[in-house]
Amino acid sequence: MIVGEQKPIQEIKEMVAPYKRLLILGCGTCVKTCFAGGEDEVATLASSLRLAFRGQGKNLKIEELTIERQCEDAFIQEAARSIADSDAVLSLACGAGIQALARRFPTTPVLPGVNTTFIGVLESQGLFTEECLGCGDCELARFGGVCPITRCAKKLLNGPCGGSRDGKCELDGDTPCAWQLIIDRLSVLGQLDNLRAQVPPKDWRLSNSGGPRKLVREDHII
Amino acid sequence: MNMSTPSRLQRVLSEGGFAVTAECGPPRGANPEVIRRKGRLLKGYVDAVNVTDNQTAIVRMSSIATCVHLLEMGLEPVMQAVTRDRNRIALQSDIMGAYSLGIRNILCLSGDHQKFGSQPDALNVFDIDSINLLRTVHTMRNEGKDMSGFELDGPPKMFIGAAANPFADPLEYRVVRLAKKIEAGADFIQTQCVYNLPRFKEWMRMLREEGLTERVFILAGVTPLKSAGMANYMVSKVAGMDIPESLVKRLAGVPREKAQEEGMKICLETIAELRQINGVRGVHIMAIENEEKVPEIVVAAGLMPRAEALILGGSHA
Repeated sequence: MIVGEQKPIQEIKEMVAPYKRLLILGCGTCVKTCFAGGEDEVATLASSLRLAFRGQGKNLKIEELTIERQCEDAFIQEAARSIADSDAVLSLACGAGIQALARRFPTTPVLPGVNTTFIGVLESQGLFTEECLGCGDCELARFGGVCPITRCAKKLLNGPCGGSRDGKCELDGDTPCAWQLIIDRLSVLGQLDNLRAQVPPKDWRLSNSGGPRKLVREDHII
Repeated sequence: MNMSTPSRLQRVLSEGGFAVTAECGPPRGANPEVIRRKGRLLKGYVDAVNVTDNQTAIVRMSSIATCVHLLEMGLEPVMQAVTRDRNRIALQSDIMGAYSLGIRNILCLSGDHQKFGSQPDALNVFDIDSINLLRTVHTMRNEGKDMSGFELDGPPKMFIGAAANPFADPLEYRVVRLAKKIEAGADFIQTQCVYNLPRFKEWMRMLREEGLTERVFILAGVTPLKSAGMANYMVSKVAGMDIPESLVKRLAGVPREKAQEEGMKICLETIAELRQINGVRGVHIMAIENEEKVPEIVVAAGLMPRAEALILGGSHA
């Protein structure tokens, strides 16, 4: 899923201060799962902002709404009426959702309430970890299902750097060394020979380095 | 081994000499006097001087420029190149430029992560890793082609080095990784500072078993410790550093004013043991911001004279 984190309340307050009618729009998919932008977060944020502005004697009318996904027009449509009644939208979606909204409603300011952080997994209750950079050319087969491009701080493709100690990354003692994980996993799979292969440089054209990417599925175009 | 290059360091090693190299950290500024002072201290005592490339991710004068200052003094520089700050386009360009300026040795590294440096907010690059950088320099030299396969007008005939840390985990894999570096093009290997001799000997034994010492020159790293405090600092702050507790105790066990002397003794004992290990072809002295100690170490370790005649007579083709 795409993992995000709500922006600090102070930053949000400054962003929404110029407006009188604000729609806080939640997104019911990824950011809901990581407690950044679902119905619950919309309600809590709305209450906090109302309280904060009331304390300052400012009248801010806040409407709350959460749709299934802000990155799809079919769902965005459900918010059209509320958006028409607002001066601005504070979106609690990921960066893709925010931009999809902005594209659909070109005359309404769309503000980000969430910092989109990474594509990751829920590792344990309350802990999300980054697992994928979306490099466009998945090489997980040779690395035993552990991605060094994402999980090694130096994107090393040919083995661990000299800073790997006791299975941890030199960056901090809480982060596992991706290469230790790869070696452990290949060892269990009986594929340690993979480590001897010279892995060539990555073709970054397939990543964001090649410019913003697009995927065309001719078979789905109506 | 590999291809013959105009490197004087290669000549010393291939003629069977026990090589001595030292480290020179460029200054945090544009003042070349700092380099000249270090160069004067080292001249005649070492076969080559290794110039770091923004080590510990602290912004300094470029390795390439510092190497040229040393060349002008008649010293043989080894240019370090890290993949942290430059993509493949910039790296290849710098390799050609460095060679055109007279730099004959390169040490290919991935580089310390910028988190540990003076500007942790920087974007890192890591377009290619150190093994792919080794392969790139090797291909440029042996095939005269850049990474795109374009034939170069004048291949950079670099003597190619890589780093190895025998003390990082897992030990077994360290040998596989070294083999990969040799296969990618490394002619010589510079190791992390050796304090844990039993582990280093075990690593060397594994290298010999795999026949790797026949294919690459191993230069063992040494750094004289100044105090128990410095040892503790290095263990906690320097990635992949292994200093046995017994050495720390030894330093702590002498009066404070004697600690540096004790550190020197340890360093000299280490060099003496390293010279006895089959396959160790030289030492790399990393006296960090303590370069004035290098001549003393070289002399006391019985490593003089250096191949001065050879160096002075060396061609600079």
